[in-house]
Amino acid sequence: MQEVTIGIAGAAGDGLDKSGDTLAKTCGRLGLHVYAYNSYQSIIRGGHIWLKVRIGDKKVLNHGDNLNAVICLNQDSLERHAPEVNEGGVIIFNSDKLKLDPTLVPKGVQSLGLPMKEICKEVEAEHGALQAIMQNTVAVGAVLALSKLGLEEASSVMADTFAHKGEKIINLNISLLKVGYDYAKANAKEFTKDWTFSKKRRPFLTGNEAIAFGAAAAGCKFYSAYPMTPASTILHWMANHATKVDICVKQCEDELSVINMAIGAGIGGVRSMCGTAGGGFALMTEAIGMAGIMEVPVVCVEVQRGGPSTGLPTKTEQGDLFQVYGASQGEFPKLIVAPRDIADCYDTTVNVFNLADKYQLPVMLISDLLLSEHPETVDPEAFYSDVKINRGEVVTEWNPEKQGKFKRFKFTDSGISPRVFPGTENCNYVSATDDHDEESILISDMFTSPAIRRKISEKRFRKMENLLKELPAPKLEGPADADVTLVCWGSTSGVVAEAAELLTAAGVKTNFLVIKWIVPFHAKEVQEILSKAKKKISVEVNYTSQMARYIKMETGVSMDGHVNRYDGEPLEPKEVLGRVQDILKGKKIDLDVSENDAKEIAYHYLRTHYSEKLRPVKAVRESANGHGEEVWNIELAERATGKHGGKMKVGVHTGATYHFEKEPVESK
Amino acid sequence: MATVIELPIETYKGPVDPDWCPGCGDFGVLRSVQQAAGKCGVHPKDLVVVSGIGCSSNLPGFIHAYGIHSLHGRSVPVATGAHLANTDLKVVITGGDGDGYGIGVGHLIHAMRRNLDVTYVVMDNQIYGLTTGQASPTTAKGMKTKSTPAGNFESPLNPLVLAITSGATYVARGFSGEQKQLGDLIAGGIAHKGFALIDVFSPCVTYNKVNTYPYFKERVYKLEDEGYDPTDFYKSIEKAYEWGDRIPLGLVYKTEQETYEDNEPVLKKGPLVKQKLGLPKNVHQELIDEMI
Repeated sequence: MQEVTIGIAGAAGDGLDKSGDTLAKTCGRLGLHVYAYNSYQSIIRGGHIWLKVRIGDKKVLNHGDNLNAVICLNQDSLERHAPEVNEGGVIIFNSDKLKLDPTLVPKGVQSLGLPMKEICKEVEAEHGALQAIMQNTVAVGAVLALSKLGLEEASSVMADTFAHKGEKIINLNISLLKVGYDYAKANAKEFTKDWTFSKKRRPFLTGNEAIAFGAAAAGCKFYSAYPMTPASTILHWMANHATKVDICVKQCEDELSVINMAIGAGIGGVRSMCGTAGGGFALMTEAIGMAGIMEVPVVCVEVQRGGPSTGLPTKTEQGDLFQVYGASQGEFPKLIVAPRDIADCYDTTVNVFNLADKYQLPVMLISDLLLSEHPETVDPEAFYSDVKINRGEVVTEWNPEKQGKFKRFKFTDSGISPRVFPGTENCNYVSATDDHDEESILISDMFTSPAIRRKISEKRFRKMENLLKELPAPKLEGPADADVTLVCWGSTSGVVAEAAELLTAAGVKTNFLVIKWIVPFHAKEVQEILSKAKKKISVEVNYTSQMARYIKMETGVSMDGHVNRYDGEPLEPKEVLGRVQDILKGKKIDLDVSENDAKEIAYHYLRTHYSEKLRPVKAVRESANGHGEEVWNIELAERATGKHGGKMKVGVHTGATYHFEKEPVESK
Repeated sequence: MATVIELPIETYKGPVDPDWCPGCGDFGVLRSVQQAAGKCGVHPKDLVVVSGIGCSSNLPGFIHAYGIHSLHGRSVPVATGAHLANTDLKVVITGGDGDGYGIGVGHLIHAMRRNLDVTYVVMDNQIYGLTTGQASPTTAKGMKTKSTPAGNFESPLNPLVLAITSGATYVARGFSGEQKQLGDLIAGGIAHKGFALIDVFSPCVTYNKVNTYPYFKERVYKLEDEGYDPTDFYKSIEKAYEWGDRIPLGLVYKTEQETYEDNEPVLKKGPLVKQKLGLPKNVHQELIDEMI
C-alpha cells in the first residue's frame, strides 16, 4: 500500500478542521482512502489541536504511526510536531510569523517556510487584505504539491465548499491553493511517489453522521437529545436534515426528558432514537428499565468519552461498558451492540431499529469518541438504500366479539406479544412501569401475584433466546492457526486489525476477535473460539479491561494479557505491536514517566503558571537526590529568545512536579 | 371546527375500580376527567392518559383509554413524546403535586414554555400520600408531617403563578368537592389549543389533616360568579396569589398562542405515526453526495 500521513496543528479557532476537510475530500474524490483523527480540547479558542490525515491507495483502518508532512499554524505546534516528522518528510509553516529552531528538525526532513506576505502579494492586490485563516489554504496547496495530489480535485472541492459564497470567494481560495502549490513545487521535494487514482468517489463522514444517516434510512421519526460531546453531532445532523428526512428533532431540557420523550414517542407508534455521552446516559438509566418493563422499542446511542464524571470531555475511552450493561434497576431484556467502524455504524443502526421493533426492547448502541467523531472515507455501497423495514407484530384492527379481549402482554411461546398503537379501536391498555398481567393490569399494588410475576418475567426473557439466534456470532479474523489472538470491541478493532498484520509480519502469527453484539452474548461460540486460542490478549482503551472481564463472566475464559490505554488518546498500531511483544516475552509494562511524558508535564506546568513564555528543551534522568524517587531534570528555554530559562524536576515514577526554578531576569 | 358529539361518562369506565382510600379526593377527579372526555367527545381510542408515580398517578389504570403509567416525575416528557408521535391523539396528564411540582417540575416548566398542546391535571393534596405522609412542594408552612415533625419551614410553591409565568396558556384551579365545575375546567383544557394546567385541590383524607374538605369548603369561591376576566396576564398573577380566607376556583388565565406542534415543521406533513418510513432513493443519494 502506498500511503502518506499529513498532520495539521494549531489552536482551536485556527480553522484547521476545514483544511483537513479540503484535503480529505480531495482524496475521497481521487479514489484514495482517508482516515482522519482530530485530537482537540474542550475550549472554543486556544488550546492545542492536532489533526492527522492518513491517506492510502487501499483502505486505511486507523490514523497510524507515521507523519510525512506537518502544517504548523502556531509556534507551539511547530515545537511539538516538527521532531515527529519521518525522514523524507516536510515541515510547513508561515515563516513570516513563526521560527523553526533547526535543532528540532530531524535528519532528512525538509523545512518549508512559506513567506506568506511575499507570495500572496498578487492575490492580495486582486482580493484585498487576507484574513489570517487564509494562510491555511496556502499551506494546503503546498502539501497537495508535495504529496502529488494535484490541484484539480482540490479546486473542485473548494468550488463546492464555497458555492454558497459566490464565484469571487471560490476564485480567491483556488488562487491561494495555487500560490502554495507553486511555491512548494519550486522550493521543496515531493515526499511520495506517483499515485494511481481510481477516481472512485467516496463519501467522507464521521461515525455519528453514519448513525444519524442510518436512523433516517431506517425510518426513525423522532430524535431527542441534550447537547453533550461527543454525541452532539448526531443532534446537529438531525437538526440540519430534519425536514429533508422528515424526523421530528427535539432538544430537551435534560437527558431525563430526552429518553422519556423517546420512549413516549415509541409508545405512540413511531421509531424513535436518542443519543448522549456517558454522563447523560447516567441520567437516563431509570427510563431504560421503563422501556424494558413496558416492552417499548427505543434506540439509545451512548458515545463514550473519558470518564468518570466530567472526566475528559473531548477525549476517547471505552470505559462505559459496565454502565450500559448495568443500566437501570432490575432485570429485563435489552440489546447492547457496539459497532466497529463507520460503515458498521450505518448498518448496525439500520438493523437495530428492526430488532427493537420485533423484540420490543430498548437498544443501547455503544460508540466512542474516536468512532463517533473521526471522519473516514467509506465506499458508498456501505450506505445501501434498499433498507428493509420490519416493524414486528403490530395489531391494526381488533374485533372483540371474535377475538376476545385484546391482551397487550399476551403470554406467548416466543415471548413477543403483538403491539398496538394508541388510536386503534378496542385495544386500550396501559403501559405501566409497575409489573402487570397479560391485560396490563397491575399485579404490584393491592395483591401482588407471585405466579403472574414469574410468568411475565419468563415471557419477557424468552425474547432474548430468539434474539440471540438472530444475531451473527463473532468470528476470528486473520490466520486460523495463530499464536496470538487479540480480543477487542468498538473502534479499537481498526488498530487491532493493523497490529495483527504487523505482528504476523514480525513472525508472531496473530488473529483477532471483535465483539460486536454484547447483550445477548454468544457465550458458547466465544468460549469455543477462545478456549482453542493459544495466547489471548485483550486490547481496550480503558484501565480495567472491561470487555475481558465481561467475557470471563460469560464464558469463564481468562485472557493471558491485557493491552490498555487510558490517557485519552487512541491506541496506535506499533504501540499494540510493542506491547504484545512485551507480553509474550513476559516483560512487565513500564509505567514510568518517559522523556516525552516529562516534557508534556512540563508543557502543562509552564502553560498554567508561565503563560507559555518558557518551553521544555531536554530532560535528563537523575538520582532521587532527596525527592524519594528518580527525577527528570528538565531544561527550559525562553520561547522568544531560545536562551536558557530555568529548570524543573518531575518524578520518574509518580509524575509529581518537585521543583521549579526560573532563571533570574538579567539586568539590562 | 367539527361538531362535538358528547359521549356518556360510562364510556370511560375502567377495567378495575380505584384502590384509593375511601373519601380520597382523587375519586372526584377521575369522574371529572371522564366527564370532560365525554363532553369533548374524545373516543377512548384517541384518549391517552399519562401519569407518573403516586396515589393519583394510578389513575390511568382506572379509566377506559390508552394509558401510560410512567416513572416518578417523568409523565410530562413521556406525554410529549406520545403526542408528538401522534398529534391526532388527545393527551391528558394526571398526577400529584410531588410528581409534578417536585421531582418533575423541571419538565413541567419547559413543557409550559413550549406551549405543548396537552392537558395536565394535578391532584394537589399538599402531601406525599403513597409514601405515607411526608412534606410535598405545596405543603403549607408550619405543617407537621413525617419528614417535618417540627413543622415545615419551606415556603410552598404556587403552581398557578409558576404556570402563568412559565408560558402555560390555560391555567385553572379546581376542587374535587366541586365536581361539575372541575369537569368543565378539564373539558376547557382539553378543548384549548396549548398547554393547560389544572391544579386541583384533592384532599388526602389519610395524611393531610389540615387541608381537608371542610378547610376548602369554608374558603373557596368561584371566579365565574364574580365576573372575573381570565385574559389579563397581570391581573391573573395577582389572582393566582390570592390565598387565606378566600381561595379562588375556576379559570385563572387563558390566552391564544401558537403551540409547539404548530411550529414543528415535520408535523406539517401530518402526524408522524402516519408518515411514510425511510428515505426516497433520490434523497438517500443526495445525502451521500453531500459528503463527497
